[in-house]
Amino acid sequence: MTLSAEAPSTKAAILDVAREQVLERGERLTEEQVLQVLQTSDDQLEALLALAHEVRMKWCGPEVEVEGIVSLKTGGCPEDCHFCSQSGQFTSPVRSVWLNIPELVKAAEQTRATGASEFCIVAAVRGPDQRLMDQMREGVKAIHEAVDIQVAASLGMLSQEQVDDLVDMGVHRYNHNLEAARSYFPQVVTTHSWEERWDTCLMVKESGMELCCGGLVGMGETVEQRAELAAQLGSLEPHEVPLNFLNPRPGTPFGDLPLMDSKDALRTIAAFRLALPRTILRYAGGRELTLGDLGTREGLLGGINAVIVGNYLTTLGRDPKEDLALLDDLQMPIKALNATL
Amino acid sequence: MDSFCGHCGNPLAEGDHAVCQQHLTLEPPRYCRECRRRLVVQVIPGEWTARCVEHGETRASTWTS
Repeated sequence: MTLSAEAPSTKAAILDVAREQVLERGERLTEEQVLQVLQTSDDQLEALLALAHEVRMKWCGPEVEVEGIVSLKTGGCPEDCHFCSQSGQFTSPVRSVWLNIPELVKAAEQTRATGASEFCIVAAVRGPDQRLMDQMREGVKAIHEAVDIQVAASLGMLSQEQVDDLVDMGVHRYNHNLEAARSYFPQVVTTHSWEERWDTCLMVKESGMELCCGGLVGMGETVEQRAELAAQLGSLEPHEVPLNFLNPRPGTPFGDLPLMDSKDALRTIAAFRLALPRTILRYAGGRELTLGDLGTREGLLGGINAVIVGNYLTTLGRDPKEDLALLDDLQMPIKALNATL
Repeated sequence: MDSFCGHCGNPLAEGDHAVCQQHLTLEPPRYCRECRRRLVVQVIPGEWTARCVEHGETRASTWTS
């Protein structure tokens, strides 16, 4: 075997392969190729981010989708997702509480005031019961009457009847993350399976709602498992992929894990963009701690084309003015309501 | 007068709470600073509220006007 015969699959050549395959032809990287990207050196990071940015600009355009999120039902969740402070199985200080409808509408109004086009209502549950579905119906109606914004939801695993009800309410996008690669999922969650999550994702896709499906990195998974997650998301082809970086929460099983290295986080952003060239790739939780201000900018120039503005479900985010000023500085316009990326 | 750390809930007079203070720039308090009870906290995009059954509600905006 000659060296030249090996060249296309070497780490040094993967960026050239990605340029031709993803940038030129719009074909996502395979799991093996994503792994090669994740194994590139720090010396190659600048070139990798630049390529991922070119891919984003070519296949998605310069617009950035801005979203706000809120927790409708906080804490007391029966599931044991090891990264989550809202599980009732851990000694987390987060207490259970419901948000009332006026506060929910206020949250949507605050979100819209930033220029955001999306507002996602989240509940810490295995799946919605009738009380939650009733609260959703009332809340979505109240928001639609008061605020010009698209409403998304994240309520855990769904039945077909619940999928149909959400469509009927006017929920246009549903979030249900894979959270982790299939091979690592049992180390993250034991109260339900990866396959149950996958099944809900398929039901959502078939319903006509847009599917938002991503995960967390920095939970102790290997780079091979990061590549596996990217490939599994790629095969699912969600409309949006939210990318979270673990923010270790006190009292949870992952509470003592270190923050993810910022260069690894940026490599992951670029790798996910190359695995998902046409998808909305959103900064979700943890970016403030893992990347800081400089890293946030680098990620937006390395494949990210959507952000969550303001606070998260139980933690606080940056002041939206900082994010909006950054987008302005980068000449990345905010996606208008009802526009399609 | 504050007696307890809003982040970890331990007495302010015991130990160093500098790291806790850093956490509180990106998290609402979880413990009442007066009595150490766990707070009922709600976070929305531009503010948070924290309610102690004994000492009432604190509300704070997280956005500059």
